[in-house]
Amino acid sequence: MLRLEKRPTPSRFWLYATPPVAVILTMIVGGILFALMGKNPFEVIRTIFWDPIFGEFAFYLRGQLLVKAGPLILIAIGLALGFRAGIWNIGAEGQYIMGAIVGASVGLAVFPTDNRLIFPVMVVAGAFGGWAWAMIPAILKTRFNTNEILVSLMLVYVAETILAKASTGFLKNPEGMGFPGSRNFSSFPAAQNSFLYEPLGLHWGGVAALVTGILAYILLTRHQAGFQIRLAGQAPRAARFHGVNPARLVVMCMGISGALAGMAGLFEVTGPAGQISIDFNSGYGFTAIIVAFLGRLNPLGIVLAGFLMALTYVGGEMASTNLGLPDAAIQVFQGMLLFFLLAVDVLTNYRFRLSVGGAVKGAK
Amino acid sequence: MTTTRPELLRVEGITKAYPGVVANSDVTFAIGEGEIHALLGENGAGKSTMVKMIYGLVRPDQGQMTLRGAAYQPSKPAEARRLGVAMVFQHFSLFEALNVAENVALGMENPPPMRELAAKIRAVSEEYGLPLDPSRMVGDLSAGERQRVEIIRCLLQDPKLLIMDEPTSVLTPQEVEILFRTLRQLSAEGTAILYISHKLEEIKTLCDAATILRRGKVVATCTPREKTAREMAELMVGMALKTPERRVGAKGEVALGVSDLSVDSPIPFGTSLKGVSFTVAKGEVLGIAGVAGNGQEELLLALSGELKSGPDKVRIASHAAGDLGPVERRRAGLVAAPEDRYGHAAAPDMSLVENAFLTAGVRKGLTKNGFVDWPATRKFAEEIIAAYDVRTPGPDVAARALSGGNLQKFLMGRELMQGADVIVINQPTWGVDAAAAAQIRQSILDRAGEGAAVVVISQDLDELLEVSDSFAVLNGGRLTKPRPAEGLTMDEIGLMMGGAHGMEAAHHVEA
Repeated sequence: MLRLEKRPTPSRFWLYATPPVAVILTMIVGGILFALMGKNPFEVIRTIFWDPIFGEFAFYLRGQLLVKAGPLILIAIGLALGFRAGIWNIGAEGQYIMGAIVGASVGLAVFPTDNRLIFPVMVVAGAFGGWAWAMIPAILKTRFNTNEILVSLMLVYVAETILAKASTGFLKNPEGMGFPGSRNFSSFPAAQNSFLYEPLGLHWGGVAALVTGILAYILLTRHQAGFQIRLAGQAPRAARFHGVNPARLVVMCMGISGALAGMAGLFEVTGPAGQISIDFNSGYGFTAIIVAFLGRLNPLGIVLAGFLMALTYVGGEMASTNLGLPDAAIQVFQGMLLFFLLAVDVLTNYRFRLSVGGAVKGAK
Repeated sequence: MTTTRPELLRVEGITKAYPGVVANSDVTFAIGEGEIHALLGENGAGKSTMVKMIYGLVRPDQGQMTLRGAAYQPSKPAEARRLGVAMVFQHFSLFEALNVAENVALGMENPPPMRELAAKIRAVSEEYGLPLDPSRMVGDLSAGERQRVEIIRCLLQDPKLLIMDEPTSVLTPQEVEILFRTLRQLSAEGTAILYISHKLEEIKTLCDAATILRRGKVVATCTPREKTAREMAELMVGMALKTPERRVGAKGEVALGVSDLSVDSPIPFGTSLKGVSFTVAKGEVLGIAGVAGNGQEELLLALSGELKSGPDKVRIASHAAGDLGPVERRRAGLVAAPEDRYGHAAAPDMSLVENAFLTAGVRKGLTKNGFVDWPATRKFAEEIIAAYDVRTPGPDVAARALSGGNLQKFLMGRELMQGADVIVINQPTWGVDAAAAAQIRQSILDRAGEGAAVVVISQDLDELLEVSDSFAVLNGGRLTKPRPAEGLTMDEIGLMMGGAHGMEAAHHVEA
C-alpha cells in the first residue's frame, strides 16, 4: 500500500520541480480533455504555449503577455504576502474593481485638466480604493473574528454591483449618447496610462509589477516584517512569542494586498481597458490566486508564474478564436494548473512509502 | 483483593528505548480480570509509551506480554482490539462534522447498518449510564460527551481490557462522577481497566491496584486505598531527594516582582491564574512545581508578555511591565522559554538561524533599520550550537530535524546566552536525556551565579530541588507562598502539592 510520510526537512528539489511538473501534467490532462472535445490536442497546446511567443502573430501577442501578466503579478504578490502569513484574501477581484473606480473617479473629476500630477494622484487613489475595500474584511476579522475568506469573497459581488452602478450612473460618459461606460481615458492624455515601450507591452503597471516583485522579495527575505509574515504563517504561537501582534499583521497584509490590487485596477482602467464599463473586471483578481501559488508564494516565482498564466490567457484566446474552443474549456485548463500544482506540492513535505502489512519498507 | 483475581494481562521485563532516552526499562506488572489498575507516574515517566505498547502502537525492544496466559504481541491497534484490548486516548480522534453513530462506525472493522448501530449505541449508553444521542453531531458535543463517544466505541467491541489515558483532564467534576460510576460498573462485570493518571486522589477513590513508574522503571506496586496521597507522591517522585549543595550568596535586589497577577487562560480547558504573587532577586532561582495543567503555561505566557495584565502586576527591576508585549519585555531584560518546543518556542519548519532570530533579535541587536542582519544572526546561532553542544549538521537545518533534546539545548542556549537579567523557563529538561538535562541545569545555575534572576517551572521535583533557592507550587492557578528550598522535606512538598488550601494558610502563618 502506498503511504505518505512526512519528510524530516522540506525537499528542495520538489520545491522547485513542482511548478514545471504541474505544467506538464496540465498539458497532458488538458490535452486529453481537448481530444475528447474533438480537437487536435497538439495543435491546441501549441496554440496556447508556443504561438504567442514564436508564432505568426507573435510581434503583437508578445506585447500582450506583459499587458496581461502585469496586473496578475501585482495582485498575486500582494496576495502571497498574506497567504504566507496565513491570511486568506480571496477578494482581490473586488479590491481591483474598487481601485479602478476610485482612481478613475479622481481622474474624471478633473476632466479635462492637463497636469502632470493627475496620473500619480490617480495611482495613489486607486491604491487607496483597493486598500479601503480590503480593510472591511480585515477589521471585521480583527474586531469580530469573522472569516476573511468569506467576507472578502462576498465583497467581490458588492464591488461588481457598484461597478455596474458606476458605469451606468455616476461615472457614465456624459457624451456617450446613453451607452453605459465612463469616458475613455484615451481621450484624456493627462490621466492615461499609455505604453512606455509598445513592442513589449510595457506600461506603468508592468513597471510597478516588476518593481513590486523585487521589493517584496527583499521584504520577505531581509526585513523583519517579512520574517514575521513567514513566522505567523508557519507557527502562529511562535509568532506571538516572537512579539507579532496578530491583528496588526492582518491589517498590514490585507492592506498591502488590497492596495496592490487597487493599483492594478487603476493601471488597467487607464490603460488596456480604457474605461470603466460593466464588464471591466476580467477575473484577474481570482486568477492571481493561481499565480500566487504557481509562483510558490515567492515574489520572484510569481513574476515567472504571471508570465506563464498570461501565456495561457493570450494563447487561450487564440485557441478559442482560431480553433473554436469554448472559453470554459480554457478556464478549466487554467484551473487544472492550480489543481495539479497543489497535488504535486504534497511531495515537498511528504514522500511516498510502500508499506506492507503495517511494516514500513523502503530505504531511508 | 488483587490476589483473588485471575490474571488477565501480564507485562514482563518490557524495555523500550528511543534515541537518547529510555522510555521503559524492565517494566513488569500484572492486571487481574476486572481490576482497575492505575499506572502512575510523573510526566515523562514512561506511562504513555507503556500503554502504546499494550495497544500495539509501539513495539517493545525487549520483554514479553501475555494475555490470559497466551503470548500477546499486537503489531497494530486493530490486532489489539481483536484480542479484546481497547483504548480511549487523551486526545480524541473524532470528526466534528459527522454524527455520533457515524463516528463510532468509522472506528469499527465491520460496522453494522447505521440503524442497528444507533440502537446498539443507545442500548450501551443506557446500560452504562452514559447519556448520548447517536444522531447528534459530534461538533455540538462537549468534551465530556465526546469522551463518551470514544468510550462507547470501545465498549461496543466488548473489551476485556480498557485503557484510559488521563481521562479526567478534560472533564467537569460531575462528568468525572459519571465516568467513575461507569468504570466501576465495567469492573464489576469483569472488564479490567488500566487507568493512567497522575491525579492521586482519583486513583485512591477508583483503583484497586497501582503500578508506579519513575523514569521508565517500576518503583513500587501498591494498593492505593491503603496509602495516602502523600505516600504515593513520594513513591512517584522518589525518596532519594537529597538536598543539593547550595551556593551561599547574598541575594541582590529584586529583579522580577509579580503581585496579585490574575489572567484568564487563553487555552481551551486552561487554568486561569488567580492572584499569583512572588519576587525573585538577582542571583536567585525560584522553582515552581505543580502537576501539569495547573496554570504553568499561563504563567509563562503572562511573564513572557504574550498575555498582558495590569502594568503593576509584573515588574522587571521595579519598572512596571505588565502591559508590555514580548519585544518590550525582552528589551527590559526578561527572556522566556516556553514548554512546547515545536510551534511555540520554535518554528519547526524554519532553520536554526531563523529560530535564533525569533527571540534574540532584540537583545543581540540583530536588526538594522528593520532589516535582519542574517550574517550576525547566523554567527549567534553557531555560538549557541558550539556552547551548548547541539548535535546538528549545521545552523541551516530545519528545527524539526533535530531531536527533542538537541533542539531543547539550542533553545535554552538561545535564551540563556542573551545576557538577560530575568530568565523564565517552563520545563527546561522535558523529554531531554539525563546528560543534556544535567548540562541545562548547570547552565541555569551558572546564569544565576552571574546574577540573573531565574524562574524555573517544572514538574520534575528532583530538578527543582537541585536548582532552586526558593520553592513554590502552582495549584489550580494559585501559587503557594515561596519558601526557601533548603531544608524542605518531602512531607512539606507533598502538602504544598496536595492542593489543600486550608494547609496553605498554615504555611503563610509559619513562613
